[in-house]
Amino acid sequence: MITAPPQVAEPKNYLNAETGLKSWLLTKDHKRIAILYLIVVSLFFALGGIFAGLIRMELATPAGDLFDSNTYNKVFTMHGIIMVFFFLIPSIPAVLGNFFLPMMIGAKDLAFPRINLLSWYIYLLGGAFTLYVLLAGGVDTGWTFYTPFSSSYSNGYVVAAGLGIFINGFSSILTGLNFIVTTHRMRAPGMTWFRLPLFVWSMYATSAIMVLGTPVIAVTLFLLVLERGLHIGFFDPAYGGDPVLFQHLFWFYSHPAVYIMILPSMGVVSEVISTFSSKKPFGYTFIAFSSLAIAVFGFLVWGHHLFVSGQSIYAGLVFSVLSYIVAIPSAIKVFNWTATMYKGQVRMETPMLYAIGFIGLFTIGGLTGVVLASLGMDVHLTDTYFVIAHFHYVMVGGALLGYLSGLHFWWPKMTGRMYSDVWSKVSAVLVFAGFNLTFGPQFLLGYMGMPRRYHVYPPEFQVLNVLSSAGASILGIGLILPAMYLTWSLKYGAKASANPWGATGLEWQTSSPPIAENFEVTPVVTHEAYDYSTVQEVVHIG
Amino acid sequence: MASQTVPHHHADETLQHHFANPEQQKDASTIGMWVFLLTEIMFFGGLFLAYFAYRQAYPVAFASASNKTNLWIGATNTTVLICSSLTMALAVHAASMGKKKLLMLFLTATLILGGVFLSVKGYEYHDKWVHHEVPGYHFDCEGCQDAGHTPLFFSLYFGMTGLHAMHMLIGFVILIVLLVQAKKGKYNEKWYTPVEMFGLYWHFVDIIWIFLFPLLYLIDRSGRGLS
Amino acid sequence: MILESKSFQLFPEQASNFASQVDGLYGYMVVISAFFSVLVAFLIIFFAVKYRKKPGVNIPPHTDDHSIGAVLLEIAWSVIPLGLSLVMFAWGASIMFEESRPPKDALNVYVTGKQWMWKVQHLEGAREIDELHVPVNRNIRLTLTSEDVIHDFFVPAFRTKMDVLPGRYTTEWFRPTKIGQYHLFCAEYCGTKHSGMTGTIYVMSVEDYNKWLAQGNGEGSMAEDGESLFRQLGCGNCHRPEGHGRAPDLHGVYGMNVDLSDGTHVRADESYIRESVLYPQAQIVAGYDRIMPTFKGLISDDGMLKLIEYIKSMGNPNGVVSERPLTREPSDIQKTGPMALPESEYKAPAGGPRPSAATGKQQ
Repeated sequence: MITAPPQVAEPKNYLNAETGLKSWLLTKDHKRIAILYLIVVSLFFALGGIFAGLIRMELATPAGDLFDSNTYNKVFTMHGIIMVFFFLIPSIPAVLGNFFLPMMIGAKDLAFPRINLLSWYIYLLGGAFTLYVLLAGGVDTGWTFYTPFSSSYSNGYVVAAGLGIFINGFSSILTGLNFIVTTHRMRAPGMTWFRLPLFVWSMYATSAIMVLGTPVIAVTLFLLVLERGLHIGFFDPAYGGDPVLFQHLFWFYSHPAVYIMILPSMGVVSEVISTFSSKKPFGYTFIAFSSLAIAVFGFLVWGHHLFVSGQSIYAGLVFSVLSYIVAIPSAIKVFNWTATMYKGQVRMETPMLYAIGFIGLFTIGGLTGVVLASLGMDVHLTDTYFVIAHFHYVMVGGALLGYLSGLHFWWPKMTGRMYSDVWSKVSAVLVFAGFNLTFGPQFLLGYMGMPRRYHVYPPEFQVLNVLSSAGASILGIGLILPAMYLTWSLKYGAKASANPWGATGLEWQTSSPPIAENFEVTPVVTHEAYDYSTVQEVVHIG
Repeated sequence: MASQTVPHHHADETLQHHFANPEQQKDASTIGMWVFLLTEIMFFGGLFLAYFAYRQAYPVAFASASNKTNLWIGATNTTVLICSSLTMALAVHAASMGKKKLLMLFLTATLILGGVFLSVKGYEYHDKWVHHEVPGYHFDCEGCQDAGHTPLFFSLYFGMTGLHAMHMLIGFVILIVLLVQAKKGKYNEKWYTPVEMFGLYWHFVDIIWIFLFPLLYLIDRSGRGLS
Repeated sequence: MILESKSFQLFPEQASNFASQVDGLYGYMVVISAFFSVLVAFLIIFFAVKYRKKPGVNIPPHTDDHSIGAVLLEIAWSVIPLGLSLVMFAWGASIMFEESRPPKDALNVYVTGKQWMWKVQHLEGAREIDELHVPVNRNIRLTLTSEDVIHDFFVPAFRTKMDVLPGRYTTEWFRPTKIGQYHLFCAEYCGTKHSGMTGTIYVMSVEDYNKWLAQGNGEGSMAEDGESLFRQLGCGNCHRPEGHGRAPDLHGVYGMNVDLSDGTHVRADESYIRESVLYPQAQIVAGYDRIMPTFKGLISDDGMLKLIEYIKSMGNPNGVVSERPLTREPSDIQKTGPMALPESEYKAPAGGPRPSAATGKQQ
């Protein structure tokens, strides 16, 4: 008699531990919450991307022929608000940080799992306000909401937009609070601070900024809403108020916010460069302290957004020199990452492609930031396309590429599946090439004097604008592909082993995907971080 | 990578599963609350910054407008709030001793004092409204010097005390929840973390008021006037 | 002089004294940026190739040494970039210092931005919309303000830019060095037609500029109009010469340091004059009482600039002080809002309007 072979039960992991919608929507598992964030963050990214596409389509011609000025102003405003507050700030912390911070330190979960879930719902509520603004007719103030235009002149839905961002800020604050407490109190036995992976250091520094900075934008938007609703006169010169005060309050958060966006990506890059060179990061201590230095100095430079605002030149001097100082820790990291590859055993897998893309593009973005930090230079370049190019190099070439690197690095661990090698590498190349073609010409446009937020422009700027729009279409394709092959891999991808990349770190000691409690037994750490001598021969070769 | 087991205690139903022991859980709650209070400092900080900026720019207007606040009402409210901090501290102490009735007594006292504060504040706001001291609504700072800049003072007055009052209101609601939980016997000398954490919050709200009171009510009360 | 359309340029024309300085600094920064970008890119690619993992080959992972050499390396790549950066800082700072100190001999022009146009007012009375005519090789100082939201006066060819704020004056200056026509852009987002708020700067030879000025539009100079306002609003009733009035004498006050009653002193620039007219009780001159009423709502932004020009001209030997009768009602006095001075304190000028008394009411 022939009997069927015994069915091998699907091993229990966090994905199949419980089933049903309620088990997801009321979960306390940090890994499930990370997946919930992954879904909504991706949707908002797609929405922000559509607006970007609309901008580039309009700007391919000097005339305003795609939509009218009011609509264009709303499009770039929504692009900025969605990308900054609903994608860049949450992305790595809420997805990769939530999933991996507890695992990397050997904990079962974050310190406050219910607050973690609450922060996801708060994100959704803030997002709902923003979608309401979009459907009701939009807001046209720019993501920077400068007064008195936003408080007294705009015809858009400023209050709703302000409230949406205000609410979303609490999601950020709670996430940061959770991470700080977790890092302090939930480390496994033997996991001392200097044995932590560098990703944890960067999450910690990011959390400090989230916790200290976000309340300031909250109160700023609160004041803006009061001003707009009740005309209390805060930022209105007719009452003696000062519109520039808004700028100070706004940038006091929004400058550190950019470090919220970049520090996590830097953490990812430290992990990926190390793994795919099979070598401990060069200057581990320097990289760790650089993260903290960036967080501290990041709070001291906001005035470099106000050099031509009528601010005193002495304030300008202070902010300028501090802006140079804050650049140094980033430079230290770039050199350390490069040195990590020296005498390593380098493998060019997809996460590594994104990581070295990050290093190149972040270097250019950072150097152009340093150009802007110079007072006399900034007078000419501020509020032009040079600034737009600069921040897209650091935010897309930097933060986004870091996110993609991390997503591709940890995808096998999160989902238990491998994705297509060929498609992922093709996408990485398309993203890199498309990105440079989109934003490289904008440096030139900026120096030529094309101001930002311009719906129509003089004809002599068209050639560079067309190049930029062409690049955007390539970049768009490069970004749509991962959505497709990553989703495809969920069903059809090869099953992943526990450690397909030969990485160190506690998260790679568990199954892919991990069990709900993360570890069968709480690990006890007995050696330093990034010890590749104990890692087995790499199983997956691209 | 060595992996020895670390013993867990699960006897305690107040211990959440992801914590190794009650000490770790208590520690986490405490650090969490302090970090939260730090965010609150930054939140109010924006308003304090605006206050200092405008007061430094328009000292005459600020002094003149500050004299329009009612010193005695403000002082009474300050006393009420300080007393409520005392009753809250006593409540935490009672909880730590496992004394349920005393805990409920002091929580109720705190609730009442908080309610008094909020009512007095409501009266003050109404009074300001009636005297045209609300910016944007038939504003008129009667007899004020440098009247053109006085709306800034009043905007800050309402903004800062309003935000403070909102925090007190939230505290008021949480106090009711704590009372209900205390009545059900949820707190004992082994575990009273929510009471303690709320105590920290309540003291913080009190301290904010301690700063608001002199900054808003006590500018140039000597009557000597600025030059 | 037609604005030639250049098909492809990397730099705008250098048309001011600042342009070549800014371009020079930019060149330095581009070279350094290119150097480090290429260096990093090269090293990464070089290491990726040279140290690539060969499949099937198993060598133990390399451990970096943590000797003093590694630390020295860290210090080197921290200190060298810091040094190069500080040069950028100092160079840029010196340019901006120069930009913030207009020369005393600069020609003044007033610019008011409003949604969505630029109003330019020359001292001699000529007015322009979305255009600014200036003579070449003369220092030009712009005093800028806005009637509504924040704008920004940006001339790429001059490499200058300054925000234009409501309720405040900002200044920028430049010396045009090349005759031609150049773009003027608004560079602070200001609403619907932000990208339409553009204009042209015409740099002309001194001869051509004088010709252009002379063809003016028949209006009085700003100071003359300001003098009319001064009389209409009754300023001279209190601000009498040689301190005989209950208010300070304004002759020669512009540019002087004024001692205030709180012991500090302030420079009497355009902003001070404006603040004194709109918020007179905020700062009192030492030795005087806090009795000046506010003129908020009684004078327009344009009128304020003319009044300032008149006050600037007072005490100036070539100043405009005349007994010329009023031939027309200045349009810059706003009829709304009562005067702040109690009736008993106010003396109307002969034949002038007699406003009603009221205490300082907020508009």
